[in-house]
Amino acid sequence: MVEPRACPDCLRRSWLLASLGPYIERIATGSPGARSPELLRLANEDLVAVAAPKVAAQLLARAAALSEQHLAAELAAAQCWACCRHGDLYPEGLRDATDAPWALIGRGDPALLDGLEPVGAVTIVGARRATSYGREIARELGRELAAAGMVVVSGLAFGVDACAHRGAIDAGRTIAVLGCGPDTAYPAAHRSLWRRITEEGLVISELPPGATPWRWTFPARNRVMAALAGMTVVVEAAARSGSLITADLAADLGRDLGAVPGPITSRASAGPNNLLAGGACLVRDAQDVLDAMLGPGAKPIERRPPDLDEALAEVLAAVEAGESSCDGAAAALGLSGPDTAAALSRLELCGYVTCSALGIYSRTLLPSPGAAAI
Amino acid sequence: MLATARTFTLDGIAARPVRVEVDVHRGLPGFAIVGLPDAAVREARERVRAALVNCGFEFPLRRIVVNLAPASLRKAGPGMDLAIASALLSASGQLEWEALSRVAMAGELALDGSTRPVNGALAIAEAAREGGAEAIVVPAENGAEAALAEGIDVIALDGLGRLPALVAGDWEPQRPRALPLRVAAAGGPDLADLRGQPHLRHALEVAAAGGHSLLMIGPPGAGKSLAASRLPSILPPLAAVEALEVARIASACGRLGESLSAGRPFRAPHHTISPAGLVGGGSPPRPGEATMAHRGVLFLDELCEFRRDALEALRAPLEAGEVSIARAASRRTLPCRFMLVAAANPCPCGRGEADPDCSCAPIAVQRYQGRLSGALADRIDILAAVRQPSATDIGGGPGEPSADVRERVADARERQEQRLGPGRCNAEMTPGEARECALSSEAGALLAELYSRQRLSGRAHDRALRLAQTIADLAGAGTIGEEQMAQALALRRRDRG
Repeated sequence: MVEPRACPDCLRRSWLLASLGPYIERIATGSPGARSPELLRLANEDLVAVAAPKVAAQLLARAAALSEQHLAAELAAAQCWACCRHGDLYPEGLRDATDAPWALIGRGDPALLDGLEPVGAVTIVGARRATSYGREIARELGRELAAAGMVVVSGLAFGVDACAHRGAIDAGRTIAVLGCGPDTAYPAAHRSLWRRITEEGLVISELPPGATPWRWTFPARNRVMAALAGMTVVVEAAARSGSLITADLAADLGRDLGAVPGPITSRASAGPNNLLAGGACLVRDAQDVLDAMLGPGAKPIERRPPDLDEALAEVLAAVEAGESSCDGAAAALGLSGPDTAAALSRLELCGYVTCSALGIYSRTLLPSPGAAAI
Repeated sequence: MLATARTFTLDGIAARPVRVEVDVHRGLPGFAIVGLPDAAVREARERVRAALVNCGFEFPLRRIVVNLAPASLRKAGPGMDLAIASALLSASGQLEWEALSRVAMAGELALDGSTRPVNGALAIAEAAREGGAEAIVVPAENGAEAALAEGIDVIALDGLGRLPALVAGDWEPQRPRALPLRVAAAGGPDLADLRGQPHLRHALEVAAAGGHSLLMIGPPGAGKSLAASRLPSILPPLAAVEALEVARIASACGRLGESLSAGRPFRAPHHTISPAGLVGGGSPPRPGEATMAHRGVLFLDELCEFRRDALEALRAPLEAGEVSIARAASRRTLPCRFMLVAAANPCPCGRGEADPDCSCAPIAVQRYQGRLSGALADRIDILAAVRQPSATDIGGGPGEPSADVRERVADARERQEQRLGPGRCNAEMTPGEARECALSSEAGALLAELYSRQRLSGRAHDRALRLAQTIADLAGAGTIGEEQMAQALALRRRDRG
């Protein structure tokens, strides 16, 4: 077990970044996605000179004045720890990136970073405005990848991110990378999920405890997510989405890029569909991800779906064909309401479909019984 | 001279007896009403004065004092005009009516002396009977309504000018024919209008059969309101006692004719309604929509748009079957055993996330759907996702008519009454009773599997049992079979997760 340790210079960089928050926000506002990782490549003096020329000396002096004890005390007060690029705990994947953070502040189990290679982690990103399809896929991917021993990396945002974390934390290990201090649950609505990840997984950030999120900190944390994992999977994203920034950054690093296809009419799936058209790896389930990362058949996931009788198989086929309500399936198959309802709840119990709180049924990733035989 | 008459003031849906004492004596001419009258009662002065003069009586130019006893009770409404006028005639010696103190009367007067109907004539007639009055004099329009009360003479008076003939015995009034309490619904909207949508139909039938509350979620125009308004037509007919309860409430709210013609009440308040409007309130307390929906259906369209405090106020009445309105001076209990039916859109814009045109922000959707998990929604048993009916649904023939469904529902209700006792239905089963449901081993296994797989709460477990019991009752099965349990699991409202 490697103890988390960070040299004071690298830590001071984190505190300096936090104090530069509003200044970088101002100069990166035009196109925050493109510029903030580039800015963060700069050394301290250059960065401050570009972002806050008038108060450059002050900010640098203030950062330099932070004593080692003071930094340690602040970390301890927020129940956080830190590791830096000169330490052993610093993840291998980040060393590939020229713009990688100098130090990572973590809250949770440091063992998750211990020996973490890109090949052992998958980043799942996607739309905050995800549909029930996207959320379900994200949860299933998270669960199956975590169960297969992968560390699932995501950003704790609404929609796909949170679902990937939820699925993963149930089955294995997950890391949330935040755009604010690791001691802050952002978005606040995910406080309970954040707490669970700090207890059973790991939350990291390049910003110090108490740092507030800015618009530029999200593309900045995306570069960490992209670098940590060997593959970035985009579940659902609009054509111009922040998730695609992560995908671009991953591709720049030479990481694998995967995308979950969606209906071509769905705006929420335009992003991954475009990625697929551009040559991204097709992701239909966790097995596709494992095959792409480790080589075909290197790590087969064992799943034995329960058998279905003919009537149930028909209803399942209707759901696969896009019927999301009981009424729709009944009308499509010409069945009575009660029969369809009974069939759907049996399918739900078998794990083939799930039902949302609004009564919308969607197909899970469990392969159809027919497909398993092939 | 002094004369007294008996009348009533409406308090909630009950009528409270009021004694009208009129004293006419020498002094400066004047007309005073004392005994906590409200504005409408105080204005009786002008109506009575004009009515007397216009009917050819003399308005005494003396000092007139009207006392409404008991003095501590607030009197509201114009229904005391008739009693005040009669007592005044008697006190001024224009009408020798020795039976005046033995009859009760209620009615508003027009300036020409004709009578105008009052609210709550049925409750007033019943209260008069309880108070030992020989007869009740009511406005002609209220005659049929008051005649529903048995055991008391009902005199339907069309104007003040008739009084001398009545007192002299020249006019012998006929007892008005009582309003027919039509027990079975007919002519209302029929379930046949709901075409296709088999799951929604099933949900409606189960809801009606077990008295379960129902939540429909779907885009605008998918037929949620249509389905809800058809629900009363598939509920079993009102028993005679129940019909009288409904009539009493409708009478107190002044909408008797309308309510009885439609069978069970169907109330659909707008979502801007205040808590007091929903459960009743005000001073004196007036019944709210919940009470007006007694023995019928309360439909809350756009559930997420309702004020949170209004929905919270509805929670306790929904459980208890009655509203308790506590005021500093008094405490009133109004009945409100209704079926709750609610409808909501899947997101603020109503299109639902699957629609590419839905532009609701995720936080807005979350906040909107969060309102579906409030304390009131926890009392809802059935969730039906409603989708836009397809072209084949709309082009297809009419659905099964209400009468056929109603028969099955009535059979199922009968089975429940045999098991649970008169007037009770599965939705009211206590957790203890729900767990005593006869369950086949397969059905039990299905429920147990779901319970462990989805980490159901105890309440969700009992809800599934109640629904399965209703479905079994509809099918006429003694024990809950696997198929019925599977159907119940698909119908149950899901907790958010």
